[in-house]
Amino acid sequence: MTSSRGRVAHALRALPTLLRVGLSELIAYRAEFLVWILTTNMPLLMMALWTAVAAKAPVGRFGARDFVAYFLGALIVRLVTNSWLVWELTMDIRQGTIATRLLRPLHPLLAYAAQHAAAVPMRALVVSPAFVVLAVVVGNRFPWRDPLLLAALGASLVGAWVIQFSTMVLIGSLALYVQSALSVFELWLGVSFVLSGYLVPLELLPGWVARLAAVLPFRYTLALPVETMIGLLDRAAVARQLGVQWAYAAAFVAAALTVWRRGMRRLVAFGG
Amino acid sequence: MRYARLLALQLRMSITSGAQYRLEFVLRGAMSLFWVVVALIPVVAVFQQRPEVAGWSYAEALVVVGWFTFLKAVLEGAVTPSLTAVVEGVRTGALDFVLLKPADAQFLVSTAKFEPWRVLDFAGALAILGYAFHALGRWPSPRNVLVATTLLLVAVLLLYSIWILVVSASFWVVRVDNLSYLLGSIFDAARWPVTVFPRVLRFVFTFVFPLALMTTLPAEALLGRLSAATAWAAVGGGVAFAAIARLVWLRAIRAYTSASS
Repeated sequence: MTSSRGRVAHALRALPTLLRVGLSELIAYRAEFLVWILTTNMPLLMMALWTAVAAKAPVGRFGARDFVAYFLGALIVRLVTNSWLVWELTMDIRQGTIATRLLRPLHPLLAYAAQHAAAVPMRALVVSPAFVVLAVVVGNRFPWRDPLLLAALGASLVGAWVIQFSTMVLIGSLALYVQSALSVFELWLGVSFVLSGYLVPLELLPGWVARLAAVLPFRYTLALPVETMIGLLDRAAVARQLGVQWAYAAAFVAAALTVWRRGMRRLVAFGG
Repeated sequence: MRYARLLALQLRMSITSGAQYRLEFVLRGAMSLFWVVVALIPVVAVFQQRPEVAGWSYAEALVVVGWFTFLKAVLEGAVTPSLTAVVEGVRTGALDFVLLKPADAQFLVSTAKFEPWRVLDFAGALAILGYAFHALGRWPSPRNVLVATTLLLVAVLLLYSIWILVVSASFWVVRVDNLSYLLGSIFDAARWPVTVFPRVLRFVFTFVFPLALMTTLPAEALLGRLSAATAWAAVGGGVAFAAIARLVWLRAIRAYTSASS
C-alpha cells in the first residue's frame, strides 16, 4: 500500500497520458458528443421564452438582454461542468467492468476525473461562440477588469464541477447497493433543473422556492458561476457564496468517498 | 383481432415484469408524479411575472401543460421504452429473433415494453386540466372534447412516427440511443404554447418537428378557439407523416435483413 502522497504523485505522472486518452475517446465518439451538445438546448429554449416575456417591460432585474446573457451563461456552465460519470459508473458496476478499473494502478475516480479534464478544452471550444455573444451582451458588467472576480469565477466553475462530480460518485456508488441508482439520480437532476437556476433565474422563482434554492447546494452547481459571469453579484456576495460553495464541495467529496469506499469493500467481498 | 390479442399479451407481460420490482414501481410512479410538479414550476414562475404571455393566460397555458403531461406519459410509458429496446437489439443482434417471429415486426417492436407506472401521470394530467378549467370558470363542450381527443390520437401518431424514424436510422447508424434523449429534450418545448416562441422556432415547431400539433392545437381545441380547417389540416398532416414513417421503416428493415444475411 503506497502512501496517499505517493499515489497522488503517481497519478500526476500518469496525467498527460490520461488526458491524451480522454481526448482520443472524445474524438472517437464525436457524433455522441455532438448529440449531447444539441441535447443541452434547454437554456436556449428558456432564453427564447423569457425574452418574449420581457419584450415589453423587464421582469424584476431582468430585461430581454439580461435573459439572453443569463441563459447563455447557463449553457456555458452546464456544457463545461456537466459530466456523464453517473451513467458510466452505474454501467461499469452493473456489467462488472469496474473490476478492470480497480485493477489498474490508478484510483478509478482519478481516472474518471482525468477523462473529464481531457474533454474540457474541446467543450470550451464548443461554447466559445456562446461566450462571445455573452461578452458582447453583458459588456462592461462582465468582470474583465477585476482579476479577483475573474479568479472567483474560475474557482466557482471548479467548485460547481466538484459538487456535480461527487454527487455523481455518491449516487453512482449506490448502484452497488440498489438497482435504481439511476432513478435516484434522475430525482436529483429534476430538482436541480429548477433549483440550480437552469430553467429560471432563481430570483424569479415563486417566493418560498427561491428561499429554498438559496440554501440548498443546487445553486452552487450553476447559478453562482452564471451570476458572477454576468455581473449580478458584487465582490462581497461572490466571496461569501464561494465560501459556501466550497464548504458544500468538501462535504460532498467526503460523503462521496465514504460511500465509494464502503461500496468497494462490499464489491470485493462479493466478487472475490 | 390477432393483433389485439398480441397487444393485450405484450401489455400483460410488461405489467407483470413491472410488478416484479415493487419498490421500483412505487419509486418510479412517485417520481413521475414528482416530475409533473417540477415541470409546473417554470410555468408558475413565468405567469407570476405576467398575467398573460403571447395571448395565453395562466389557466389557458395550464391546459397546454396538462396536455403535455399526458403526451409525455404516453411517450415515456409506451413509445420510448420499446424503441430504446430496438436500438439495443440492433446493437446486440437480438432484433433478429423479433424479425423471425410470424407477426409484423414494427408492431412487435413497438409494443415490446411498457412502463405501467406512467398511468399515474394521466392522473396528474387530468388534475392539471381540471384545475385549469376550474380557474377558467368554464368547461369544454362535448364537441371540443371530441376534437381534442381526435387531435390527441394524431399527436400520439406523430410522436410515434418520429420515434420510428429515429429507430429506422439506427439500422444505418447504430449509436442513436442518445438521439432519443435529444428528441426528448426537444419535446420538452411542447410544454409551452408555441406562440410564446420567436417566429423561427414557431415555424420549426409547427412544420419540422410538429410540437404545435401535439400540444398547442389540442389545447386550443379544448378551449374552443381552433378553426375546423386547422383541425383537419392537422389530422391530414399527422396521417401523412405516419405513412412516411411506415415507408421508411419498411425500407430500413429491408436494408437491415439484407445486411446481416
